[in-house]
Amino acid sequence: MATTIQLNSVEKRYGAHDVIRGIDLDIKPGAFTVFVGPSGCGKSTLLRMIAGLESISGGDLMIDGARMNDVAAARRGIAMVFQSYALYPHMSVYKNLAFGLETAGYKRKEIQQRVNDAAATLQITDYLHRKPKALSGGQRQRVAIGRSIVRDPKIFLFDEPLSNLDAELRVQMRVEITKLHERLGNTMIYVTHDQVEAMTMADQIVVLRGGKVMQAGSPLELYNEPANQFVAGFLGSPKMNFAPVRVADGGAVTLDRHRIEVNRPLQVAPGEDLTLGIRPEHIGIGEGPGQTLGEAQVDLVEHLGGSTVLHVRPQFGHEPLTVVLPGQHTCRTGDVVTLRIDPADCHFFDGEGRAIRG
Amino acid sequence: MSAYDAIEGGKSAARPETSGWLARAIHRNGAGYLFLAPWLIGFFCLTLGPALVSLYLSFTDFDLLTSPEFVGAQNYVRMVTADAKFAAAIRVTLVYVALSVPLKLAFALAIAMVLNRGMRALPAYRAIFYLPSLLGTSVAIAVLWRQLFAADGFVNSLLATVGIEGPSWISNPNYSLYTLVVLSVWQFGSPMIIFLAGLRQIPADMYEAASLDGASSRRQFLRITLPLLSPVIFFNVVIQTIEAFKAFTPAFIISGGSGGPINSTLFYTLYLYQEAFSYFRMGYASALAWVLVIIIAIFTAFSFLTTKYWVHYDD
Repeated sequence: MATTIQLNSVEKRYGAHDVIRGIDLDIKPGAFTVFVGPSGCGKSTLLRMIAGLESISGGDLMIDGARMNDVAAARRGIAMVFQSYALYPHMSVYKNLAFGLETAGYKRKEIQQRVNDAAATLQITDYLHRKPKALSGGQRQRVAIGRSIVRDPKIFLFDEPLSNLDAELRVQMRVEITKLHERLGNTMIYVTHDQVEAMTMADQIVVLRGGKVMQAGSPLELYNEPANQFVAGFLGSPKMNFAPVRVADGGAVTLDRHRIEVNRPLQVAPGEDLTLGIRPEHIGIGEGPGQTLGEAQVDLVEHLGGSTVLHVRPQFGHEPLTVVLPGQHTCRTGDVVTLRIDPADCHFFDGEGRAIRG
Repeated sequence: MSAYDAIEGGKSAARPETSGWLARAIHRNGAGYLFLAPWLIGFFCLTLGPALVSLYLSFTDFDLLTSPEFVGAQNYVRMVTADAKFAAAIRVTLVYVALSVPLKLAFALAIAMVLNRGMRALPAYRAIFYLPSLLGTSVAIAVLWRQLFAADGFVNSLLATVGIEGPSWISNPNYSLYTLVVLSVWQFGSPMIIFLAGLRQIPADMYEAASLDGASSRRQFLRITLPLLSPVIFFNVVIQTIEAFKAFTPAFIISGGSGGPINSTLFYTLYLYQEAFSYFRMGYASALAWVLVIIIAIFTAFSFLTTKYWVHYDD
């Protein structure tokens, strides 16, 4: 039976400095939850508070309905994979995997069984006699994960576990961790600053900024309906384009002097200033459906093979825009293209960055 | 070829041919050797030269006043067959090394672990704890120690306040060596600083991972701290053991140079000093010095041989 985690107004203070500011969060049993946010947003601190490695200054941490604030880390049923792997360099891989089981007083035969099972799962059986220094980064990462699964914990915590790996290995380990979650079905919390990891791995993403939750929800929910400009800009690569607009009469906004028909009620008084957000992949060029946005000059073209990224300078505004076109295009720097959008893809944010739903 | 080499090469080509590699080396790197000269002079004149001379003298009956006569291995034979004081000095020194080194290192490690927990005035504490190491081997501290452990000294005054009548620590052969061990342990600052630096190199997440595994503080100390600190422990063991074998000043001051009472503080170096400068048996003293060198070399070699069993290097 997988485990639920609840955070009720959880706070963390270092002296007068608030690091975590009243976080409320429900993590469902068996969910793969990703804490994501920029450096210093408090995501690792929050993870360490759940692990019991940091004290909780205020609020309640509940695991399966029991308050855990004052429960020792070892008694929370949690295993954690550290960014640095935290493997004991003087022990063999086998000893690293067995350490927690030996500490817990398991019999030698059961330790052997569990270690061998974990090693087989993670394909590290051949390395059991080696010291960590004789392993590659990916192999060390597997050992670190192995060390957490041998104890059969209720909850797995991952603190930026892939950040020390190269790009190719990161993709591979991402898939393996996701498969591991599917196989084990345990509740997992994963911290990363990489929004691609967040989008690809999570059942639930929690976007943090300044010690507060900006938005929590499924990856597509956050992508399609960001609650604020920060979340809209943080998720998606390349990031969402933003441009200042003014609300006009008749369900439209004006961008510079260019009128965009929104085709949905914004419930904002005409004349009010908003920020328009539109994702690069939602801007098209040339003839096609949607509204013409105006002409723009191409500053830079990035050919990615499967898609083409244009950096353009619109003639109707001052902000440069990024456009992602599917497939391969023959655009060149200096070309002038006509931009078009579907108003349904437009996001609007008020002066405080809050999303305005139509 | 660098510009410097080109210029040097040009100079060499212009000069007449010199004979011998030494002359060529001096010619090419003259400035370097000039800067090295103070150290080279010191090494050859004050270290290597006297060492080789003492090796020669150890096979003679040199007495400072007459020319040395070669006596073969007689000095070494006498040491092991007819010198009870040599055996006493060896015994006292081994007891001193065996007690003072582990106690000092254990104390230094304990204090380093306390300081490693994070303190606001850590630099001040570090300096205070290091101070005895700077002063400890001085004559003044040895004199102070003598006053502290005398029959009417501070320690006995302190014991008297709780109704205990203490012995005369330094004039009782049952206790005198142990007062020197205590003095040695008190000079824990130097290994402590090294331990502290070593402890700070152990990543905090090792302990965090262990605490998540439910490891107690004791288990973390035994299974993580000690193994990861083992290179530093090894270094401290070797250095402190050599220092302990060489200890001289405290015993000389506290016993008034006699090594007494009843040879109970007759450190090896003190006995060597007596033979050389009290009895003017410089040849015999030289032989004693070389035996000490061999003892220390054997110990150090043995220590290095054991490293594969207990010292864990990360690279």
